Amino acid sequence: MGSLLSQLGLECGRKEVKEEERHLRANDREFNLSYEYADNAIKTSKYNIFTFLPLNLFEQFQRLANAYFLFLLCLQLIPEISSLSWFTTVVPLVLVLSMTMAKDGSDDINRHRCDRQVNNRKVEVLIDGELRSEKWMDVQVGDIIKLENNQFVTADLLLLSSSEPLNLIYIETAELDGETNLKVKQALTVTGELEDCIEKLANFNGEVRCEPPNNRLDKFTGTLTLKGEMYSLDNERVLLRGCTLRNTQWCFGLVVFGGPDTKLMQNCGKTTLKRTSIDRLMNVLVLSIFGFLAVMCLILAVGNGIWEYQEGSKFAAFLPKQEGVNAPFSAFLTFWSYVIILNTVVPISLYVSVEIIRLGNSFYIDWDRKMYYPKSDTPAEARTTTLNEELGQIKYIFSDKTGTLTQNIMTFNKCSINGKSYGELLDFSGQRVEINEKTEKVDFSWNNLADPKFCFHDHSLVEVVREGNPEVQAFFRLLALCHTVMPEEKKEGELYYQAQSPDEGALVTAARNFGFVFRSRTPESITVVEMGELVTYELLAVLDFNNVRKRMSVIVRSPEGKLTLYCKGADTIIFERLNPSCSKLKEVTTEHLNEYAGDGLRTLALAYKDIDPKYMEEWKLRHHEASTAMDEREEKLDALYEEIEKGLLLLGSTAVEDKLQDGVPQTIEQLSKADIKIWVLTGDKQETAENIGYSCNMLREEMTEVFIVSANTAEEVRKELQTARRKMRPDGPEEPTVTKSRSGLFCLLKTETVADEPVDGEYAMVINGHSLAFALEKDMEMELLRTACMCQTVICCRVTPLQKAQVVELVKKYKQAITLAIGDGANDVSMIKAAHIGVGISGQEGMQAVLSSDFSFAQFRYLQRLLLVHGRWSYLRMCKFLRYFFYKNFTFTFVHFWYGFFCGFSAQTVYDEWFITLYNLVYTALPVLALSLFDQDVNDRWSFQYPKLYAPGQLNQYFSKRAFVYTVLHSGYSSLVLFFIPWAAMYDTVRDDGKDIVDYQSFALLAQTCLLIAVSIQLGLDTHYWTSVNQFFLWGSLCVYFAVIFTMYSNGMFLIFTSSFPFIGTARNSLNQPNVWLTMLLTSILCVLPVVAYRFLRILLWPTVNDKVRYKVRQDKVLPPAPRRVQARRTSTRRSGYAFSHAQGYGDLVTSGRFLRWTPKSRPALFSQTDSPLAQTQPQFYRTINEGGEPPLSP
Amino acid sequence: MASNYNAKEEDGHQPAAIGHGGAGTVKNKKPDNTAFKQQRLPAWQPILTAGTVLPAFFVIGLIFIPIGIGLFVTSNNIKELEVTLTNYSVWLAIFHPCYNCSQSYSWNSTKPCTCSVPFSLDQPFESNVFMYYGLSNFYQNHRRYVKSRDDSQLNGDKASLKSPSKECEPYRTSDEKPIAPCGAIANSLFNDTLELYYIDPNGSRTAIPLVKKGIAWWTDKHVKFRNPGGNDNLTVVFQGTSKPVNWRKSVYELDPSDPDNNGFINEDFIVWMRTAALPTFRKLYRIIHKKPNMTPTLPLGRYILEVTYNYPVRSFEGRKRMILSTISWMGGKNPFLGIAYITVGSVCFFLGIVLLIIHHKYGNRNHSADIRS
Repeated sequence: MGSLLSQLGLECGRKEVKEEERHLRANDREFNLSYEYADNAIKTSKYNIFTFLPLNLFEQFQRLANAYFLFLLCLQLIPEISSLSWFTTVVPLVLVLSMTMAKDGSDDINRHRCDRQVNNRKVEVLIDGELRSEKWMDVQVGDIIKLENNQFVTADLLLLSSSEPLNLIYIETAELDGETNLKVKQALTVTGELEDCIEKLANFNGEVRCEPPNNRLDKFTGTLTLKGEMYSLDNERVLLRGCTLRNTQWCFGLVVFGGPDTKLMQNCGKTTLKRTSIDRLMNVLVLSIFGFLAVMCLILAVGNGIWEYQEGSKFAAFLPKQEGVNAPFSAFLTFWSYVIILNTVVPISLYVSVEIIRLGNSFYIDWDRKMYYPKSDTPAEARTTTLNEELGQIKYIFSDKTGTLTQNIMTFNKCSINGKSYGELLDFSGQRVEINEKTEKVDFSWNNLADPKFCFHDHSLVEVVREGNPEVQAFFRLLALCHTVMPEEKKEGELYYQAQSPDEGALVTAARNFGFVFRSRTPESITVVEMGELVTYELLAVLDFNNVRKRMSVIVRSPEGKLTLYCKGADTIIFERLNPSCSKLKEVTTEHLNEYAGDGLRTLALAYKDIDPKYMEEWKLRHHEASTAMDEREEKLDALYEEIEKGLLLLGSTAVEDKLQDGVPQTIEQLSKADIKIWVLTGDKQETAENIGYSCNMLREEMTEVFIVSANTAEEVRKELQTARRKMRPDGPEEPTVTKSRSGLFCLLKTETVADEPVDGEYAMVINGHSLAFALEKDMEMELLRTACMCQTVICCRVTPLQKAQVVELVKKYKQAITLAIGDGANDVSMIKAAHIGVGISGQEGMQAVLSSDFSFAQFRYLQRLLLVHGRWSYLRMCKFLRYFFYKNFTFTFVHFWYGFFCGFSAQTVYDEWFITLYNLVYTALPVLALSLFDQDVNDRWSFQYPKLYAPGQLNQYFSKRAFVYTVLHSGYSSLVLFFIPWAAMYDTVRDDGKDIVDYQSFALLAQTCLLIAVSIQLGLDTHYWTSVNQFFLWGSLCVYFAVIFTMYSNGMFLIFTSSFPFIGTARNSLNQPNVWLTMLLTSILCVLPVVAYRFLRILLWPTVNDKVRYKVRQDKVLPPAPRRVQARRTSTRRSGYAFSHAQGYGDLVTSGRFLRWTPKSRPALFSQTDSPLAQTQPQFYRTINEGGEPPLSP
Repeated sequence: MASNYNAKEEDGHQPAAIGHGGAGTVKNKKPDNTAFKQQRLPAWQPILTAGTVLPAFFVIGLIFIPIGIGLFVTSNNIKELEVTLTNYSVWLAIFHPCYNCSQSYSWNSTKPCTCSVPFSLDQPFESNVFMYYGLSNFYQNHRRYVKSRDDSQLNGDKASLKSPSKECEPYRTSDEKPIAPCGAIANSLFNDTLELYYIDPNGSRTAIPLVKKGIAWWTDKHVKFRNPGGNDNLTVVFQGTSKPVNWRKSVYELDPSDPDNNGFINEDFIVWMRTAALPTFRKLYRIIHKKPNMTPTLPLGRYILEVTYNYPVRSFEGRKRMILSTISWMGGKNPFLGIAYITVGSVCFFLGIVLLIIHHKYGNRNHSADIRS
């Protein structure tokens, strides 16, 4: 994990001035100050009071849109060019800038507050021979500080001494790397001697030379020079900031790195800003709009040149030319004038509105009760508020397994003992009874050592055990003896098991509840409470598990002196080694195993064998020889094990359920119906991964074939991939079809897209990490991608975090599809960051995944709601918004273009300047916001009912370049209508009292009113979901418009601000004319009619899924049936294997006793969280209780 | 053991089913169950179905066609007569009585040029008749032209009178005195004088009384335009200002006979100052009021239009017209609206029929509920 973090952190957090080596002396501030190391104050805030305004403005104007508007503003200040008053640009710009500034400001105030809080934490520092409580920010490099239990580590420290024996301390690193298990650090013996003697510590003058500040969490190199002797320092001696001290009364440390130099701060580099594909498309569009704008301006400028040449000169008597302006120069000026007028094609409010919409849709995610998990009181959270619409376009999901698909809880579910199956409830007719939460549980109260959390429903098994059935007792005795679990007993009777794998924990817990309580172990013995009786077995050998053996055995001597070998392992392996006498039992057990496998359970066969003491003596000797052999030790041991694990007697089998999270198969089914491909990337071993694949319906019996790629060389991997591909598509081309294109801003991005290849039948692929490493090489990645993308399901097992990210990158690179990664652990961080959207499961495994994710929630099943409901709606809304927004602004602007032909291309506006100012900000802002916050085509239930509704998002159907062109054409039509209908209707006409009406002001009023009404009706057509808010905003905006024009065109306004409101009386004089209203009606109808006819025809002739569902909703007028929740029982003949754990077992550790250390009695549990899978791979320090002060319970 | 997937939890419509047991429980992070936050606001969800679209088309058609016919008939009933004063597009212009005036005349000439244009009415004009002058190819909507005025000055602001806005350049000052009214619009005021005579069958000329008041908007006359210092003694008020370059007389001499029509509130001036939206426009010049008795306002017969030709349009190849027109409830003559309504109405109706046919033929595509779930 650490290496991964450092990999990610490499790009960031570099200092300008490279520090070559850090050199410091303890307790010598003067000496250390000479190096000017950073002190321990941290600063994450960006601004202070004085720098806020200039810095923030500078940052804001770096954005293209803002800079553009600033440029426009400058243009407007040139009187020859200015075609619009300054306020038309200033008002929106100031509004936008101040909104952003307010947001940035409040963010920064929060950061200041956090900084202050952290910087003002108190810690005890050794200054001038005494301990003083100082603020964190005053701590300096070279200080010695004292930490107490549960305190945060102040800075990166060199551990000097601790309260615990052997100078050990325990720390929790959850904040740093997300791992919740405790880690041990140990001080050097030489410094450990200082203990807590202040005097000695104050006189400590060791000099440290170490590496410069860096971001590698797992590495530290340096030396300590003390009294002329050099001691080497490594990561074991260093406490990093961000950790928490646990289970240690106190410790002393020497500050090595402070504040910004600490590894924590060095690691929190800037995360790359994720942008959505719509964002990128929008950038491209905005750029092409600029081009379009230039073309329009150019046409008008040329027109102006011609006009000036032909007409202007003759018209000079009425309108004298400006001095020194000839026709070409006038054209040049006009070009810029039109740039100002037509700027509304790229409205500044677009960006603000987009952000508001995204924020709103993020809040919906936070507020959703159906994504709230009551058990852990966790609501869903949209941690990034700018990616919502991309949730509606996901094509690939990359999922972690442990903790994401599964709960990471193993439960002992069923067992078959001596040919009889237990765990199933049958009613009188012999039918299976569905087990649910209400089913009565077996009462284990007779056993005071039972685990209260364990539950089992079949009473018969308990009865048999208590009756004293020897086979059943042997069965549980085996489970209690044959394992590598560590017990921990904090209080008498409260046992905790530290299991290497959750499977083992589940089995030992089952034995415990059925009266065979594994109590304690020493290297030579195992103590078990058998039906209330304490029995100590002598442990003679542990024949450990590994991937080849797929079994583990123990050889124990009972108190009576009987030697027995107990073995558990994968059924196929065990069955090979059975005594022929159990063939009958084998058949029955096989049947049971098949049944269990069909239920998706993880099975294990159990067997035992009595051993002749003489043979054992001899075997032990040979074993000793083999285990001390210098060469081929492994092989020799294997042979020995093979030899003794023979002729076993079958006891039965167990079935453990790797509990899936609720609703996982249904969610996966729903998502795959929505054409989303799900790839599972897991660190688990192949069998486990496959098994989970089957139980969550990703792999199915009826699939045409499941390819398993596990080869050891590059060539083999390639061959296997190719074979799989040819099988799936025998007639397919050998070379992939790659579409090369350029995209992005200025077409700088080269993209290669591999086309999807159709396949008959359903296939799946399972590939292991080893093969994946080869397949991800440059020359083979295409092969991998093609083969994998042909499969319905892809499972990658035993992959490293880095490989997870590589797989995501591969798909991102060649598929140009939107990817989503979901995971819960620190090992998923890389892929969460790599994918377009990262989702964190806020679960048991620390917060690292959540912290780097964009969205987080507690259960995998919420993913379908996030995508199929929220994502779809967000995408729909965003696209509707963009289409409509571009429509309304293009229409608005194009009218100016047409008017240019009638006003001598003089850059005269059609509308009142105030209308231009307020159009986007007031008149049309709220209705379109309401549209994009409330609109939904069909409600959430229907969205679940028809996952196909998700498809348009994946295909970018709602907003693409094509849709954009369509919008532009639509606006072109509307603007023609909006200009030429009023033009023709008003041509040479007069009022009903003979007075003027075709004056510029009346015409402007008419044109702008027509425009507003037309775009409002268009909005109405686009709205599918009319809430009262929509109605209110739409009608409200129209009312506001009329109120504003009557106010602005009133006598009072004119008399107060004569030059700003010259339109006095226009509203009163125009709007009382019937032909004005008739013109408005005609333009509105003409704008809308073709759209209605077109849409109606399209629904009629080429209905989309969406149209069909909407039609159905309307027809049925009922809620859809609630989604099916019945989990279908799989009928499968597939047998799942035993999953011990990733790594080789630590049987040798158990017997060697090396890791069984002392433990003080008072200490609370170290490993409260037993289910962390990371705990399995981390080196851990286990302790047993029997070396403590209290005597063990053994007889 | 295998806990079953709780459907209720997914179902927001049964909110009571979840939670740790109603009121009184510890406050948790559970989101509020409001219709807004859960996106369950009651809403009307219209869709385009044959049931709504087709009737809409027919109804629009049925409404538009009568309106169109009404408009068309009204427009046709309006009597309008256009007399061309200058027309450069027709080569016969040379035979026009005003040809000489239009050829020779420029802003600077001092001698007035007059011409008389005879015309005849085929039918009598009833009720009030409005007399317009029309200009074509005159870019009153040119940006530089439109803004070349000072509204404060025109509103009687004394400071602006002495120092007009910069927008008025180059007609801001003349001989180092401020121009009142300043700007290009005022400078190019239409200054032809039109007089109308009826020629009796016996050959004698009767002058038709032309009313020059009531031709401007009330708001313009009473709010937007005001003389500085009220209406008394404009000569004094306008002292120290200069008349616009092209004007022959000062602004306070526009109508010395009527103080309510002089200076900035001269209605001819106000009408001109309301700039036109399009390069071809007409402006109200005079009103011929209905006679109290039953005789038509303008009986049919021959008329003579006496033009004092001051306004040069030759330079920009403009066309100058005089228009006599009656009006109706929908204003002046403009057949466009009527025709447009009839056309749109018919198209709607036709489209309705076409869509109906298509609907009958293919309409059941939608009904087949073959949606893959």
